[in-house]
Amino acid sequence: MKDYRFIGKATTRKDALDIVTGKTKFINDLSFPNMLYAKVLRSPFPHALIKSIDTAKAMKLPGVKAVLTYKDIPDWMGGLPRHVRVLDSKVRYVGDAVALVAAETEEIGEEALRLIIVEYEPLPAVYDVEEAMQPEAPQLYEQFPGNVLPRGIRVFGPNPLQEVVIGDIDQGIAEADFIVEGTYSYENIPNPLPPESPGAIAVWEGEDTLTVWSASQGPHILKVALQKMMGSSNVRSMGSPVGGSYGSKYMSWQYVFPAAALAKATRRPVKICYGRAEQLAAFTVRLGSRIHGKVGMKMDGSVTFLEGDWFVNTGAFSEMAQGMVAVGCGEAQLMLKCANWNLKPKVVCTNRTASGQVRGFGGQELKCALVPILTLGMEKANIDPVDFFKKNYVKPGEGYYWRDGEWWVSKGIDFTNAIEEGARVFGWQEKWQGWLKPSSVEGTKRRGVGVGVHGNADVGEDVSEAFVRLDPDGKAIIYSGLAEHGTGQRSNICKMVAEILQIPLEWVSVTAADSSINPFEFGPVGSRGTYAIGSAVIEAAEKAKKQLFDLMAPKFKVTPEELETVNGMVYVKGKDEEKLPWIAGLGYHGTCLGRGRFQPDFTLPNFMMIFTEVEVDTETGKVDLIKVVSATDVGQIIDPPSLINQLNGCLGSAGIDSALFEETVLDTRLGRIMNPNMIDYKWRTFAELPEMEHAILETPFPSHRFHAIGVGEIAPSPGPSAVLMAVANAIGVRIYDYPLTPDKILSALGKMDTLKKGGRG
Amino acid sequence: MGEINRSPYESTITLTVNGDTHLFRLGEGCHEVSPSHTLAFTLRERLGLTGTKISCDRGACGCCTVMMDGKAVLSCMLLTVECEEKVISTIEGLGDPITGSIDPIQQSFIDHTAFQCGFCTPGIIMSTKALLTENPSPTRGEVQEALAGNFCRCNSHYHVLDAVMAVTRKGG
Repeated sequence: MKDYRFIGKATTRKDALDIVTGKTKFINDLSFPNMLYAKVLRSPFPHALIKSIDTAKAMKLPGVKAVLTYKDIPDWMGGLPRHVRVLDSKVRYVGDAVALVAAETEEIGEEALRLIIVEYEPLPAVYDVEEAMQPEAPQLYEQFPGNVLPRGIRVFGPNPLQEVVIGDIDQGIAEADFIVEGTYSYENIPNPLPPESPGAIAVWEGEDTLTVWSASQGPHILKVALQKMMGSSNVRSMGSPVGGSYGSKYMSWQYVFPAAALAKATRRPVKICYGRAEQLAAFTVRLGSRIHGKVGMKMDGSVTFLEGDWFVNTGAFSEMAQGMVAVGCGEAQLMLKCANWNLKPKVVCTNRTASGQVRGFGGQELKCALVPILTLGMEKANIDPVDFFKKNYVKPGEGYYWRDGEWWVSKGIDFTNAIEEGARVFGWQEKWQGWLKPSSVEGTKRRGVGVGVHGNADVGEDVSEAFVRLDPDGKAIIYSGLAEHGTGQRSNICKMVAEILQIPLEWVSVTAADSSINPFEFGPVGSRGTYAIGSAVIEAAEKAKKQLFDLMAPKFKVTPEELETVNGMVYVKGKDEEKLPWIAGLGYHGTCLGRGRFQPDFTLPNFMMIFTEVEVDTETGKVDLIKVVSATDVGQIIDPPSLINQLNGCLGSAGIDSALFEETVLDTRLGRIMNPNMIDYKWRTFAELPEMEHAILETPFPSHRFHAIGVGEIAPSPGPSAVLMAVANAIGVRIYDYPLTPDKILSALGKMDTLKKGGRG
Repeated sequence: MGEINRSPYESTITLTVNGDTHLFRLGEGCHEVSPSHTLAFTLRERLGLTGTKISCDRGACGCCTVMMDGKAVLSCMLLTVECEEKVISTIEGLGDPITGSIDPIQQSFIDHTAFQCGFCTPGIIMSTKALLTENPSPTRGEVQEALAGNFCRCNSHYHVLDAVMAVTRKGG
């Protein structure tokens, strides 16, 4: 393996000093002179028509500058397809926006909310995804009969993947040694719950130029999206450091629009920052996922067909559900070699807070329900799940339909070595005792192991552009619309540029994520940071270097190809006794600028396997997570501590803890979320950490100059189904949904009569 | 605090933060401190010390942790008016104000990349500072207990524990 100067070495994050000294300015740390604060009046009903709103009293409160209702809100539309107004005459979940207030202080704004008088006509509500599709079910939108959303997502192309229909199911049935069938669901809608709640500041110049500072994970794509949703307005989007997102703050119109509307009405800067209850009960959560599936298998673990209905509960509106379905359908094929498929998704809206993008992006929601159905077959054939996944995970040369509906063939690598290394580190052979059998039993404590798998072909999704500017003093500036959301990606692109230009890391910087100065950037999503964003930056740096060498070559009387540069000095390769600084080529008043552009490439699937060991107390029903090992192959590590941090992110709502205790509890009588605070919404603390190890291989990928790919999106996704398997093995009984709270364990063990909640048993 | 001249006709409050003493009039005006204001609000909105973060605003997540008389406290659960005569330190007050050097805990967090998004980091560092002030050589388990009230959503826990333990070893 090549020894680089920066790549693969642990280097200090560029933003580290500001972070540890509290100087990093998150969105709520910014303020502007004359700024107002936005507050949102939210519906107490899950489904109702607004018969009247009286805002007169609120408007009279000193310090209130604007009150907006559906009658005077701009006609901006969000959602997929466009179906979500900022304010509407109908509310569709408890927490839906009813009116907006702009006031001099937050306290005055809150007081004004109490003075708005609203008369509602309550309507019947529906929460269960299959009940919502029944003919007599309440209808959320006139244009979506049966509450089923139309398929498709234009940005993925004219023919996006919306189902997996391949081969001939009858033939698969004929070839099968046996068929298994089951229903599993992942419907506990865990909340990504970034510590920084969603927030934005909106400022208008004149009638048609809007500047937005936001905590968006993708500030440049936010500009593009806002302009489309708002019509002709010219939007400038300023990315702030993101205080956690996990996907949820990627598309941010839900909270930007209220601030923008109030700023337009008052002609003053308006800040909006959600409170924690708003974030937990009125911001986007994970999709609900339920699958009725049927699988045909041979005794050797080959799958002859897979047929199923995938019910996707998107809540009150679809923010991106069809896109997540597209990616999920692609990811199912990466995991499972199978000639005959008929997997039919239905995206359905119901009367709870909407679902949006969350780390795992559809594939995780699908896998959490689909993998357990496959395990029914593995159990019947008595196949070790590690062997099953090894046999069935996509190999180089094998193909899959990806999100654009096109057939792609993997040019990546074989992950067999990563699987074997993960199993070795975990001690799988010693711990695996067969299906529904514990690894060990000690009194009331039973231990079990489970494994999950995930991967996507999104490491090369979408377009990234970057410029790299070389300055006469040997410094380089990257023009990129990339926001830092915790992965260290802004520092990592500096490492790539420093490596190419062979200058100290301190000499490389990145522009602010300002859409008015930077070229197009889709954002750090889908594990695309290393390959897609990195490739654009690498190309820009290479081109800038070439321009520099073109300028310098005549001074050495050689061709540009014969030159090399280290630490801001240029010389002829092999003859470093004669050197000239960059300024000799650029001049005092010159720079050169390279441009890089990455075009989508879906040929490089990544891979993640998670091994888990749990201990179940059969007296109390409590499940403890004992050990976690994740296994992957990243081609080339860019920054070791940042990668380990990302892999440790397999805990939390994005992953394993959504199988153990994280859930949004919906009261289906009133439609209210019962735990919108951080005491009743459970989260893992420092005091409860499992043993954690990672098996990380570095087999060079045919990606970019450093042969690396990203794994951020997929790091947590195999976790929940691995835990479900581990618990089933520990207690010898299967449980069909998440999370595995003590009541479900005791109920499965026959120690409790009924399930308290969930309704499906 | 003796140099600040209190008016006998007005209700005022003095706050000592990071060694500086500030005098506020009590009231609802835009430069005043209201009896309903939390310490977190006053630090951020009146003193501009935005390193102290407000996250849950209900005492559950530890993001707003500061030190008061050497102990870690949740500044979103204290009213500012309760904090008179107390010595308060925030993340901005760590390190040496003369040399500008940062606290060894902060340096260790940098060296171990003991953060991802960094939003919860100031609170975690302040909890750590309070722990090490009281107990300079805690076990890893004691550090875990001391930080159990600090929410970290990116799962940087393991690197944080490594960073803290590295400082405790140095401190003996």
